[in-house]
Amino acid sequence: MSDTWVDGNGLAGALRELFAVDITTARGTCVGCGTVGPVAGARVYTRAPGVVARCPGCGGVLFRLVRGPDRAWLDLRGVTCLEIQVPDSG
Amino acid sequence: MGIVSRGFGGRRSSRAVNLPPGQYLVEDFPVLSAGPTPLVNLGSWTFTVRSETGEAQEWNWAQFLALPHESITVDLHCVTKWSKLGTAWEGVSLDTLLSDVASSAEFVLVSAYGGYTTNLPLEDLLDGKAWVADRYDGEALSPEHGGPARLLVPHLYLWKSAKWVRDIQLLNNDEPGFWESVGYHNYGDPWREQRYWGD
Repeated sequence: MSDTWVDGNGLAGALRELFAVDITTARGTCVGCGTVGPVAGARVYTRAPGVVARCPGCGGVLFRLVRGPDRAWLDLRGVTCLEIQVPDSG
Repeated sequence: MGIVSRGFGGRRSSRAVNLPPGQYLVEDFPVLSAGPTPLVNLGSWTFTVRSETGEAQEWNWAQFLALPHESITVDLHCVTKWSKLGTAWEGVSLDTLLSDVASSAEFVLVSAYGGYTTNLPLEDLLDGKAWVADRYDGEALSPEHGGPARLLVPHLYLWKSAKWVRDIQLLNNDEPGFWESVGYHNYGDPWREQRYWGD
């Protein structure tokens, strides 16, 4: 396979627009193979109609993000759960 | 010696062309991909058409090459707004590939090596509107442009022309594909600028 991708830190800009926290440090679990890791560890394909993040373990699609002029669509069906660091409320 | 005029049959200038709304002209051929480029071994390549009842028709590479091929010159319009004009392809018409399939289905889901999918109305594949193309610009289709073979449906945005096409499933009910399920328009007519849901 030939392969052109950047690491998940390339998602920071696109996701900062949608989330109040830096989602690249969140940890997710791949639906396909169970690999657990930070979003920043995903393989991200940006030369496409949208952004596609793939699992570094199995290559399965973790999530897809499409940015229209006034709307964005985020499909997370490839991730079972995201663990997100938030400020300590205690 | 006469002077050879380039005025007839030459490339259309960008000023003279009528592009779909929102599109701009390119001279190169941009490569877009939602994942790694699958390098498909011709020895194991197959293309399959499955009816809604499960009846399947499959071609291996040699059988596919033996099918009648057509030369097609068409304009391409990508939803990311570039258009490329006068692209020359060779391929097998979907009219040929679907001719022996008994079906009353109205929709298809196209699947590719690598896992990509896209959905279309069946009628958009028929009557000389779509091909499985295996040659571009006189040469074997390169992997980055979808080789060994890709779907070519030039009257719709290019995401419908699935690279590395592997099978076509005929369906009674429409099923959104890879981009159609996450914001991109279900049909994708560039002349009506159907880019996103609700356009």
